[in-house]
Amino acid sequence: MLSKKNKSVLFNPLSKNNPIIVQVLGICSALAVTAKLEPAIVMGISVIAVTAFSNVIISLIRNTIPTSVRIIVQLVVVASLVIIVDQILKAYNYEVSKQLSVFIGLIITNCILMGRLEAFALANKPWPSFLDGVGNGLGYAIILVIVATIRELLGSGTLLGYQIIPNSFYEMGYQNNGLMILPPMALITVACIIWVHRSKNKDLQEKN
Amino acid sequence: MENLNLFIRSIFIDNMIFAYFLGMCSYLAVSKNVKTAFGLGIAVTFMLIVTLPINYTLEMYFLRPGALSWISPEFADVDLSFLSLILFIAVIASATQLVEMAVEKFSPSLYSSLGIFLPLIAVNCAILGCSLFMQQRDFGSIGTATIYGAGSGIGWMLAIVCIAAIRERLSYSNIPAPLKGIGITFIITGLMGIAFMSFLGIKI
Amino acid sequence: MNKQGNTYTLFYMALLILVVGVILAWVSLTLKPAQNDNISIDKMQQILKSVHVTAEKENTIDMYNQYITDSYIIDINGEKKEGKAFDVNVAAEIKKAPEERLLPVFECQIDNSKKYILPIYGAGLWGPIWGYVSIADDGKTVYGAYFSHQGETPGLGAEIATDHFSKQFDGKELIKDGEFKSISVLKQGQKPTNGEDYVDAISGGTITSKGVQSMLSSCLSCYQNFLSKIQEN
Repeated sequence: MLSKKNKSVLFNPLSKNNPIIVQVLGICSALAVTAKLEPAIVMGISVIAVTAFSNVIISLIRNTIPTSVRIIVQLVVVASLVIIVDQILKAYNYEVSKQLSVFIGLIITNCILMGRLEAFALANKPWPSFLDGVGNGLGYAIILVIVATIRELLGSGTLLGYQIIPNSFYEMGYQNNGLMILPPMALITVACIIWVHRSKNKDLQEKN
Repeated sequence: MENLNLFIRSIFIDNMIFAYFLGMCSYLAVSKNVKTAFGLGIAVTFMLIVTLPINYTLEMYFLRPGALSWISPEFADVDLSFLSLILFIAVIASATQLVEMAVEKFSPSLYSSLGIFLPLIAVNCAILGCSLFMQQRDFGSIGTATIYGAGSGIGWMLAIVCIAAIRERLSYSNIPAPLKGIGITFIITGLMGIAFMSFLGIKI
Repeated sequence: MNKQGNTYTLFYMALLILVVGVILAWVSLTLKPAQNDNISIDKMQQILKSVHVTAEKENTIDMYNQYITDSYIIDINGEKKEGKAFDVNVAAEIKKAPEERLLPVFECQIDNSKKYILPIYGAGLWGPIWGYVSIADDGKTVYGAYFSHQGETPGLGAEIATDHFSKQFDGKELIKDGEFKSISVLKQGQKPTNGEDYVDAISGGTITSKGVQSMLSSCLSCYQNFLSKIQEN
């Protein structure tokens, strides 16, 4: 099931070839949902589901797709999966779906999806495609969760809504950093993650 | 007055890049020099002005709960809103294709400067995002929706031209190696976002 | 078969759209009831919060039926109108002229007296804000209030949804010397000039706080006649 090649397909996107901090794809819909941890986790799971299944579906029908309408077929498959995810969230997790609002819909234009479909699913069998989808989705979700943890902890003093910073800290004069909750800090947090990551992986550093 | 307010807001305050991070992929990829950034900005603004009215009409007469009642009162209960994502993206993808073909045929000079960016636009989140915000905010008329589209496009263009100008200068500065390229661009975008927040609350 | 020909492409797309359409319609139809339940449960929870009752998802409908004894629609003169108050879309009513608005009222029996719950709706900094205000049976004292928002800045404007903010409204009066007065939302230390009751605004959330203030005065003023009728009884 997990040959050596498949393993690298699954685990490479987690760090060495991470979709967000290395390939710089799919930042669009990601950062706006990271002010709190819970929506970030739900968003991560949704993206894993959509990348995995759209990869499988496209890989299954890859030999029948006419090349002239390739992009449209991919868009249709992705859009349908996203709609299904959206409907399921609305039915079973209404609270979070309210918080995510339009950003679930924006998974469609997440560049990771189209990128993986074009680069991997169109040329590979369903099982490796599935792993590739899960891997890339996970790579995306990990960054989302890291960013959301940092932002929620420093910004609201909570994680998943539970208070983490003890009250005695506040009595000593500690204040939540409201700036962390504002949108621009998401970008700066990601930049710090890139900084740390590239200091460890020197081969990823850019020349200019 | 209402429309002017919306226009200013969508450029500076609800800026697609700084407030919602939409269209980041092409923003990061095509911001190495000002000229190409400007070209892409124009293309995005143009596509927003084209697609928003179309999607608004679709939303009003087809997708909203009860929107089909103009055909016959029997359809008043039909709710097709679950189809909105797929229709919006279809409109955007086909409009991009059509505009590309039209521009290529009628204005080759414009095509040579704009053409390479057009295919990028179908997957630009700013365009789909704008349509989804339009649906969520429930605008009163097709004109308001178009103005919102134009404003968002100009805001996006402003952002990408600014960052491109800054990045041109950055090549002369001494940045820590791990931050070079993408890292520093993120930080600058964040700082610009903070600067743009000072427009918050402007009302005309 | 030629996979690049036009016939094949057209046939392929038609089939794809058919399959996708059927799947989506099926998903949407099966999940619709659960979604609608979620929406009305959410609304019931919000209504109950304005009388300081917090309901869990499972028991919301029971709690709602237990506390909310009656609901009806009135017009600006306080006369009852036909229709179901729970189904009124306040966001749509707010766009009409005050004379044409359908104004929902929910009657609630709690603490051995009747409370009147009135919905309000307005605009914050980023998007719509809304809430429910409950009025005691004297027709002028606020019993409780609940506010919510779509996308106000977390930590700043979004604080209007916290108890800390909404608790301030308890006991404020809407009618002073027989005249209708709204409630001001002002920076700490400021006082309204026209003798209204006031609460503290959220620091850093000025626009949202102003939104709350204008939402209160524009929506509640439509209920003036209704409130003075309650007072007369």
